[in-house]
Amino acid sequence: MSNLALRVENISKQYRIGSSHHRPDTLRDLLTSNIRRIGHLLTHRRQDNQKGSDHIWALKDISFEVERGQVLGIIGRNGAGKSTLLKILSRVTDPTEGYGEINGRVGSLLEVGTGFHPELSGRENIYLNGAILGMRREEIDRKFDEIVAFSEVGKFIDTPVKRFSSGMYLRLAFAVAAHLEPEILVVDEVLAVGDAEFQRKCLGKMNDVAQEGRTVLFVSHNMSAILRLTEETLVLDNGKLVMRAKTPQAVDHYLNMGLTEQGQRDWSQDEGADQMSPFQPLKLRVLNIAGQVADTVNSAEGFSIEIEYNLTKPVNGLRVGLYMMTTRGEFVFTTFDTDDPGLFETFTLRPQGRYISRCMIPPNLLNEGRFVLGVNASIYRIQRFFQDDKALTFTVDATGAPGMQWPEKRLGPVRPDLQWRIENLT
Amino acid sequence: MENSRAPFKQIPVTYLRPSKGWLSVDFKELWRYRELIFFLTWRDIKVRYKQAVLGIAWAILQPLLTMLIFTVVFGILLDTPSQDLPYPLFSLSALLPWQLFASALQRSSVSLVGNANLITKVYFPRLAIPIASVFAALVDFGVSFLVLLGAMAYYRFWPGWNILWLLPIVVLVLLTALSVGLWLSALNVQYRDIQHMVPFIIQVWMYASPIVYPIEIIPEGIWRVLYGLNPMVGVIQGFRWALLDGEPPDMTMLISVVVVLLLLVTGLYYFRRMEKTFADIV
Repeated sequence: MSNLALRVENISKQYRIGSSHHRPDTLRDLLTSNIRRIGHLLTHRRQDNQKGSDHIWALKDISFEVERGQVLGIIGRNGAGKSTLLKILSRVTDPTEGYGEINGRVGSLLEVGTGFHPELSGRENIYLNGAILGMRREEIDRKFDEIVAFSEVGKFIDTPVKRFSSGMYLRLAFAVAAHLEPEILVVDEVLAVGDAEFQRKCLGKMNDVAQEGRTVLFVSHNMSAILRLTEETLVLDNGKLVMRAKTPQAVDHYLNMGLTEQGQRDWSQDEGADQMSPFQPLKLRVLNIAGQVADTVNSAEGFSIEIEYNLTKPVNGLRVGLYMMTTRGEFVFTTFDTDDPGLFETFTLRPQGRYISRCMIPPNLLNEGRFVLGVNASIYRIQRFFQDDKALTFTVDATGAPGMQWPEKRLGPVRPDLQWRIENLT
Repeated sequence: MENSRAPFKQIPVTYLRPSKGWLSVDFKELWRYRELIFFLTWRDIKVRYKQAVLGIAWAILQPLLTMLIFTVVFGILLDTPSQDLPYPLFSLSALLPWQLFASALQRSSVSLVGNANLITKVYFPRLAIPIASVFAALVDFGVSFLVLLGAMAYYRFWPGWNILWLLPIVVLVLLTALSVGLWLSALNVQYRDIQHMVPFIIQVWMYASPIVYPIEIIPEGIWRVLYGLNPMVGVIQGFRWALLDGEPPDMTMLISVVVVLLLLVTGLYYFRRMEKTFADIV
């Protein structure tokens, strides 16, 4: 018997871009397009509409195999095709081309709480969600107590989940999904939400799943989770499988790939941006003390990071933020342009126009090494307009930083200039 | 590398490949997901009455109030003939299967869009969604049926053995709603016009069915045959007959069954054909 959990060959997926906007919205369009379609059918010219510029390949010729019991990571920037791949593997959508074979039940955790209904109680939602995820009723009966215990919602189990705190909601949702017993578990970004304790619990549960010899496919932007949980990782970029390697190597490759532009990231020609979003990113730059775009900046001098963008219409409550990460995927800090209460007041409503949000990084903040910048533009808790978790990487040089009299590599991502006092007690 | 799973356990193999053309319906798979259908139905019912003050009483009020309006407008003011039945009973006996049909159709045609979050996240046979929403209409029907029984008792009508025909007739109502619901729900995924059209479709359909008037006012011959193409004609006639012993269903019943089967088979195929695109365009 084959020891493969799954195998895919040349899987491709094509989408019509902007299909939701170009969708014929009136009955007349529907009728005319149907007549045209019948015409195509009759004349065997259907393949015509497969080509053309309004179609993009979200995935192209992906082939790989996964052995039973393996935990495989999948990484790639937004729009690289990770989610599409998981959707195809969990049969939510069909591939446009290619072939795949899956040995066993696939359980997908594409989003915790799928199918949760706010009006129903915790107990009712466990059954509903379990059924949606493919569990049998008796299976849910059997695991019910275990699920409740894992979720720690305890006596609230008969309360409508709309009254749950977001933490309780997540724990309950994850608890149901975690008690699925599929041969293959597909996990997408579960860990992006929830507090540290919850994340620890999720990771622990996923570890258990893997220990039991089941196969896990794990998609995440959280590099440290990927590093901790997976042995091997696929790197996707632009719908293609660019690398399959041991995880540390793959993560390293991912964090350094596609960075031909030195110290600057230009989105203006990107196909990835959502044309409908009012926030259109233009450029992200790292500037040295002299104001020049630079790939390497000096820690002791300080430097600045600027995001240039267009607002196509006024946006209320916008915040533009930066995530600083190490190349190992650990966060160094997160900062938003309206963190300061004064700026928060002044820029409550940003009119349409072209903007630069500039962040000054003070001297002696970062240690030497390579850092990754992520960008996010959103209205807090309302809408996320844009996110790029690794928009740019740059190097920090520590010349002149405190402690340079010893030319050793210092541990830790920061290298602050701290006050010391030395007292002689003799 | 042997794992700890029971070695004799049958592991199902799934094949991923582009689906092309017309697919047949996988009834076996649908059967395996029967519990999901049950839970979706149960959710719909539960949620519907959760925040209504009057709750399930609406299932009694709706047919009762409609019957009152019809009786005043058509029975008293317009003096519509009613097959020698008291007009309230005449209209109520048609309103029951009609409201079952209308609410099943209404629910099923928006069901896919309403469950978009499920469709884009998890795999299961998509047919489960419209089927569950059709079943959800049955609860209201059961409750309203008590109203009809009450009205019958009031007018001293005792059903005969014909009442056993209600079961196949109710099944026919559900199948009619499902077959049209399959078409409309699949179309609605792509063209949201459908959900605006549904109320009108239902309204027109109601007047094209012998609810407020008896079938006799349609001229015999070709018109009657055309009229009979509306499957609800046979259904409503049959429903009245089974309970109140009026005009027995004739050829129209057979035409209804044929039309429903035709709609159902085409609806299933159309649904299956569009199914693979739901997650991408919904």
